[in-house]
Amino acid sequence: MPEFLNELLSGNEIFIGSTIMEYWGGLVTTVQLVFLSLVLGLLLALPLAIMRTSRNPLINAPVWLYTYVFRGTPLLIQLYIIYYGIAQIEGIQQTFWWDIFREAFYPALLAFTLNTAAYTTEIIRGAIVATPNGEIEAAKAYGMNWALRMRRIILPSAARRAVQAYSNEVIFMLHASAIASVVTLVDLTGAARNIYSRFYAPFDAFIFVALIYMALTFILVFAFRKLEQHLLRHQQPVSS
Amino acid sequence: MIDLKGYGPALLDGAIVTIELAFLSLALSLALGLIGASAKLSNSRIAVGIATTYTTLIRGVPDLVMMLLFYYGGQVLVNKLSDAIYNAYGYDFFFQFDPFISGVVTIGLIFGAYMTETFRGAFLSVENGQIEAARAYGFSRMHTFRRIILPQMLRHALPGLGNNWQVLLKTTALVSIIGLTDMVRVAEEAAKAERMPFHFFIPVAFVYLSLTACSELFIRWLNKRANVGVVQES
Repeated sequence: MPEFLNELLSGNEIFIGSTIMEYWGGLVTTVQLVFLSLVLGLLLALPLAIMRTSRNPLINAPVWLYTYVFRGTPLLIQLYIIYYGIAQIEGIQQTFWWDIFREAFYPALLAFTLNTAAYTTEIIRGAIVATPNGEIEAAKAYGMNWALRMRRIILPSAARRAVQAYSNEVIFMLHASAIASVVTLVDLTGAARNIYSRFYAPFDAFIFVALIYMALTFILVFAFRKLEQHLLRHQQPVSS
Repeated sequence: MIDLKGYGPALLDGAIVTIELAFLSLALSLALGLIGASAKLSNSRIAVGIATTYTTLIRGVPDLVMMLLFYYGGQVLVNKLSDAIYNAYGYDFFFQFDPFISGVVTIGLIFGAYMTETFRGAFLSVENGQIEAARAYGFSRMHTFRRIILPQMLRHALPGLGNNWQVLLKTTALVSIIGLTDMVRVAEEAAKAERMPFHFFIPVAFVYLSLTACSELFIRWLNKRANVGVVQES
């Protein structure tokens, strides 16, 4: 380690090199978990949101039920059901799935993905429903078929309306990922809990991790503000 | 009915703990929200600064981390305080910082920040002319707040308030992590002991689902009542 860091850290027993590395490992796990679940959740949510706007109840109702159940129950329960439940599925221990789901990371990823997909579906649905009728009529008048209309008109227009609510969901997901530490996963919160129990120093361990989360949150807020400005550029007043 | 292997009464007690926790935290968060919103809209720079710091801090940190900090940190603080009191006055004072109190305090503080934002928006939606008119009639500040501002802002605050309540209700599940024997905790112990996770977690999930569903209906009804005097679009 560089000399100045050693000097900086020499005044205390808690923030030594090994605990910093533990926090770093936790940060990597948290970022991986949140990023993957958000990407997978968004990929899942897009078709689901389109299905949710369908007039056919056979397509609409199952998606409604899915979002209703996942939004109406705590994420912690969903995580417990998936984490403890997967091991109880009969015969799973003989299949290759067991190699994947034996580690805590993948059940947590599955739970987070399903949860964020449910919220994202409703956000995108709201944005799709709010598309001004004129835009759709104009697209129809131009002879666009359903798929083209969706791709060129409705979804880009909906994305602009959804980005604000989606940024809230991303931050919510970052904060919710802290519960991954209860299923033995050493994410940021998990690292903080380990360090707390090793040194019995709640303030040092948890305030430090709180600061890391806060930094992550502000980076996300900033990035989304930039994205929003980019997407809504055409609505800004013309500046001299 | 499904067989709960004798865990039924414990689960029911846990459900009551969950509901108590939710209502107490709601009360605390409403109080904090009103104070926070008044502070944010006040002319005092210090009050605005404190309230802004409060909401920013809370929104940047995960609820679980906050809860662990209050629970473990609270105990350390209480121990230090009792040591100091014992050394200074020879009075033996001990206080166990239990998970229920830390749960209420943490959830109340977190949602107090969200309520602050909700109430701030609602306060701003009350027309200034209304307040000026009340003042012109000689209403005191408290009187203006109670008779003029509160009834008119409630209508605007309700949707946000309802949302916060739904999220709050689900956040109460986290208190099982710091050892409160709520519904989730009982289900977890039962599921581990009986090796039947679906059997215990799904009923608990169903209780949460019915709580959120009932709240949704209740909030919709409240909303309708609060908007009775307003011309509705469409």
